[in-house]
Order: sequence, then structure tokens, then C-alpha cells
Amino acid sequence: MLHSAPRIERSALARAGWAALAALALIAPASAQQRDPAYSAARASGQVGEKVDGYLGFPVPPSAETRRLADDINIKRKAVYAERADANGATIEEYAFSAGCQAISRTVSGEKYQAPDGRSWLTRTAAEPQRDPRCL
Amino acid sequence: MTAQQLTNRARAATSPVMQGIGSGKRWLWRQAGWSGAVAKGMMLFGGMMTTAGCVSVNAPDKPIVIELNINIKQEVVYRLAADAGNTIKDNPDIF
Repeated sequence: MLHSAPRIERSALARAGWAALAALALIAPASAQQRDPAYSAARASGQVGEKVDGYLGFPVPPSAETRRLADDINIKRKAVYAERADANGATIEEYAFSAGCQAISRTVSGEKYQAPDGRSWLTRTAAEPQRDPRCL
Repeated sequence: MTAQQLTNRARAATSPVMQGIGSGKRWLWRQAGWSGAVAKGMMLFGGMMTTAGCVSVNAPDKPIVIELNINIKQEVVYRLAADAGNTIKDNPDIF
């Protein structure tokens, strides 16, 4: 009995370890998920673009499916902005705007982004995008 | 010693004019006439002002909208830049 107790503990520990590994294997792809192919396609075709305020917008009138896709992403973005804004003692609008500056910088050639005027849409080229003067 | 009369809160009436003697009477009457006209004018003007005030007191029918976006300062954007960059990198599915 004296010898079996640590053995049971060890095996239980091992089982817990395997369970943790299995859980990690399930979770890891979810957190490091890449863009939904439909989202990538919508970006590449200019159906959606990056707005100055940190959310996705529609350079052209969207289909119902495109609108649903962008709304879904924007809701998720807002949740992330809210959490990070709170952690940094900033407002959601301030944080979203800061993220928008960088999201516009990270667009690739052919993708759409909103001009600093907040209305017209531009197509990203190899050159630096036009951004709000408050962006770094 | 000069004669003094009670003159309310004004200076002691020491001169003949101030005491209403001689030509001073006419002057005082003219003075009263002038100030009376002024008083009438003031009352009329005050009445107009009151009327105008009554008409102009209206609550705005539209809510006051404050554009928050224009209030974002560059210092704030600068402070949040690094964190925002990490957030974008950590959430590649939604950016």
C-alpha cells in the first residue's frame, strides 16, 4: 500500500498531463486561427476594406453574405478592443482608432482601405497608405 | 453759516439752485421732465426685452451630438500603438 500510493499519484499525474496536452492540441489551432477563406477572398476582391475607425467597411454595396461576415468580425474586433482598451485605461474608440492605423498599414496591394477623410476608399499599392496624421 | 435742508441722500442743499430758488426751479422741472422721458423709454425698452426673452426661450429639438472621433489625441494613439500592434498579431483570424 505504501508503494502503490505514489504510483497511483504518478499515473494520475501522467493522465492529467496527457489530457492537458490533448486540450492544448484542440485549443491551439483555434487561438492561432488564420483568416476564414471567405474573409480573405472578400478582402482581396475589395468587397470589404479597413476603415479609419478600426473596423471593416464596405467600399461597394455588400451582399448579405459579405455583410454578415464583416459584422461578425467587427463584433469580435470590438470585444477585443474593449478588453484591451480597459487594460490600457483608454476608451474603445481610442483603442480601435489606434488599431485601425496599423490595420491600414498592414493591408497588402489590391486591398481597400478608407482614406483619412473617413469617407472615400483607396486601393493599397506598393506605396505607403494614406493615413490620418495622428497615426504613427 | 449756510442754511441746510434735508435732501434725502443727496448732498446738502447749499446753493440757491439746489434749494429750488430762482431759475433753479425751471432747471429742476426740466430735469424732472427729461428723466421722466428717459424712465418711460427705459420701461418701454425693458418691456421689449422681456417679450423678446420670452419668445427666444425654446429647448433645442435635436439632441446635441458630440463627434468623439475628433477628440482622439495623437498622444493616446502613440501610447496604444504597441499594444494595438500585438492585438492584431494575436488575432490573425479577425484582422
